[in-house]
Amino acid sequence: MNVPLSNLKIMVEIMDNLASLSPGEKAVIDSFTDAELSLKLLEMGCTPGEIVELEKVAPFGDPIAINISGYVLSLRRAEAATVNIRRIVPEK
Amino acid sequence: MENKKTDGFIHRKIALVGNPNSGKSTLFNALTGLHQKTGNFPGVTVDKKTGNAKKQFGNKTYTLHYTDLPGTYSLYPKSLDEEVATRFLIETENEDFPDLVIIVADATNLKRSLFLAGQIIDLNIPCILALNMIDEAEKAHFYIDKDRLSNRLGIPVIAVSARNNIGIEDLENSICREISEPAYRFIDPSNIALEAQKLIKKEINPAFKDFQALHRAHRLFETNIEWREKLAAADFSPTAAQAEESLLRYSIIGEHIAECTGKKAERPALTTKLDKVLTHKTWGYVIFLFLMVIVFQSIFYLAKFPMSWIETGFAWMQSWCSNHFPAGILTDLFVNGILAGLSGVVVFIPQIALLFFFIGLLEDSGYMSRVTFIMDKLMRRIGLHGRSVIPLMSGMACAVPAIMSTRTISNWKERIITIMVTPLMSCSARLPVYTLLISLVIPDKIVGGIFNLQGLALMGMYLLGFVSAIGAAWVLNMLIKGKEKSWFIMELPVYRMPKWSNVFYTIYEKVKVFLFDAGKIIVAIAIVLWVLASFGPGEEFQKTQTKIDALKQNFSKEYMDLYFATTSAERTIALRKQFVIDSSAWSTGIKILESQKLELSYAGHLGKLVEPIIRPIGFDWKMGISLITSLAAREVFVGTMATIYGAGDENNTQPIRERMRDERDPETGKPVYTIATGISLMLFYAFAMQCMSTIAVVHRETKSWKWPIIQFTYMGILAYLASLFAYQLLK
Repeated sequence: MNVPLSNLKIMVEIMDNLASLSPGEKAVIDSFTDAELSLKLLEMGCTPGEIVELEKVAPFGDPIAINISGYVLSLRRAEAATVNIRRIVPEK
Repeated sequence: MENKKTDGFIHRKIALVGNPNSGKSTLFNALTGLHQKTGNFPGVTVDKKTGNAKKQFGNKTYTLHYTDLPGTYSLYPKSLDEEVATRFLIETENEDFPDLVIIVADATNLKRSLFLAGQIIDLNIPCILALNMIDEAEKAHFYIDKDRLSNRLGIPVIAVSARNNIGIEDLENSICREISEPAYRFIDPSNIALEAQKLIKKEINPAFKDFQALHRAHRLFETNIEWREKLAAADFSPTAAQAEESLLRYSIIGEHIAECTGKKAERPALTTKLDKVLTHKTWGYVIFLFLMVIVFQSIFYLAKFPMSWIETGFAWMQSWCSNHFPAGILTDLFVNGILAGLSGVVVFIPQIALLFFFIGLLEDSGYMSRVTFIMDKLMRRIGLHGRSVIPLMSGMACAVPAIMSTRTISNWKERIITIMVTPLMSCSARLPVYTLLISLVIPDKIVGGIFNLQGLALMGMYLLGFVSAIGAAWVLNMLIKGKEKSWFIMELPVYRMPKWSNVFYTIYEKVKVFLFDAGKIIVAIAIVLWVLASFGPGEEFQKTQTKIDALKQNFSKEYMDLYFATTSAERTIALRKQFVIDSSAWSTGIKILESQKLELSYAGHLGKLVEPIIRPIGFDWKMGISLITSLAAREVFVGTMATIYGAGDENNTQPIRERMRDERDPETGKPVYTIATGISLMLFYAFAMQCMSTIAVVHRETKSWKWPIIQFTYMGILAYLASLFAYQLLK
């Protein structure tokens, strides 16, 4: 099947951290920058490759709540900043 | 495996383990009913709930001893609660070590639940997986093939719903069946830290399974310096090993989930909708404040009625006993020491029950985590946790139940700070003191057109309590060193209808703990205070006592007998008038003597002894006595003032107020109760820790005398300085 090239969207991955997501946005967990915190997050099911969605942000911007492997987990912004994510976005 | 004791029953020790919010406590309540008791795990203030049940299975009778362990996500503890649960599961030599573990899994969140389950399986402990809230999972169209899961895990899997009593019988039957170790291991950790595993097996126990050895390596690395070096030499890196293990576990879990379940569970739409409102940046706070006002008002006003029944009941018992028991020191001890002390304990029950009724509802419905969520940022600034809000607000009614409710704060430092500052909040016992003093020294006039000055003063005292609690928390945050990191990684569970029996069990448990743990200390202090007020050195005290006894004997026996011997028809108006005059003269006489007696008692001497110290803050020895007796409870101030001035009583403060207003300084002839003294006294009551029940509860909740003593001291110093400042400025 021939698809016109102009219709084809090219998706690229952008590395970012979990704290930078806005509500409703999805991303894939990539890696961690804080060893101690990462152990806790791994146990709670935040494993690399999992899809994570920002569920909501508390008033005053902190803490945040994420949807991960079927449940909602809340964590502080500073804690979320230690989680690297890959955001999948169309190339500009 | 089976402990057959001489009583012919088969005894089985069972531990309940699970994630927080897995419904573990509900299941525990369903399994044990009211046959449960709460204590502490050795050495720590973590609730240890145990309970027993009897079960007929086959032709045998089983006695099942349950222990409800604190919720945990893994066996690598990160908080005190998790540490307690972990220790319980690995100390095989402990006499409480379970024969069987029930892993309580949230069926709607199977993936995460299987993480902990896998670790327990790998510790080789006989266990059963209870898929709790199975009805909710089915409602969300999430189906679990439990037989297949059981085959794959090598342990029994039972579907239950503790909330709705589904599958409890199945679970009990399964508990009574032959107990065996898990058939398979969950993960094969042979590639993780192999050298460390070998070392542990060689030196500690050759029979250890791989994961047992690995887990022991982690534990020893944490706790033992010698082992830390040895393990480091064997290239053991706990962080790497743990991360590797977690990833391996989740990849295995992924396979089980794919094989045994249908599509993944959807979050209920209602929860999402409710969250939109309850964590909204305006409505969230409005609703929270509204709920708090209801809670606070209920404790404040609803508790009043049962509290006054309790007080009336005890007063009746006291008067009955003193009339029917032979007069003497023992009766006095019983009536005014022990009964008064008991009354001081029992009177707290309505407040405790009401607060935990509301906390139970908030906790069980899932709302409490949202409170934490929206309050965390504000509370964190002063070193507190989102969870500290509830104790602080409840402290405006009574610090006793408020401090008991701090158990839900798992971080030690945040919890201690909350406990330390909660008694600064203006509790209801301060109200009678404030009311008396405000009406005495603050003019009753309108300012700014609408505001009553006395009302403003009262509001100011409440505000002062709040502001000083926040300030103290901020200072303590700088001073206290925390051992554990403060984390905020927690689940926001779905909303559920609260289960009434859970709420009821919470109330029952808290009341019981207060009565038996804190009650002892409160009665002991009450007896000491009784001794101080009823005994005195020297002959003068004895003489006064004899006079009082004689007067009481005199009037009550002969005169009253005479009066009541006549039938009402025979009582002439003249006789009645005479009786009224006599009895009021009599009671005035008694009041004067009681006042003298108090002055001559040890409490009176103490009051005079501390006079030089409290002079600079504007107090005389009479107030000194009140400060001492107020240790029983702040509102005792009013009663003591009534005794000292031989006027009025707690229920009618008008005469006391007049007596206090007329009080003149014997040297200068000026009024004693000026604005300066009144404000100084109020500030003292605002800051000082004058409540033995709070002291007793802080002792029970921190498991030490260190914290109550620190608290008593810092609040005392604060009170003294505030009063000194105010008095010197205003006088």
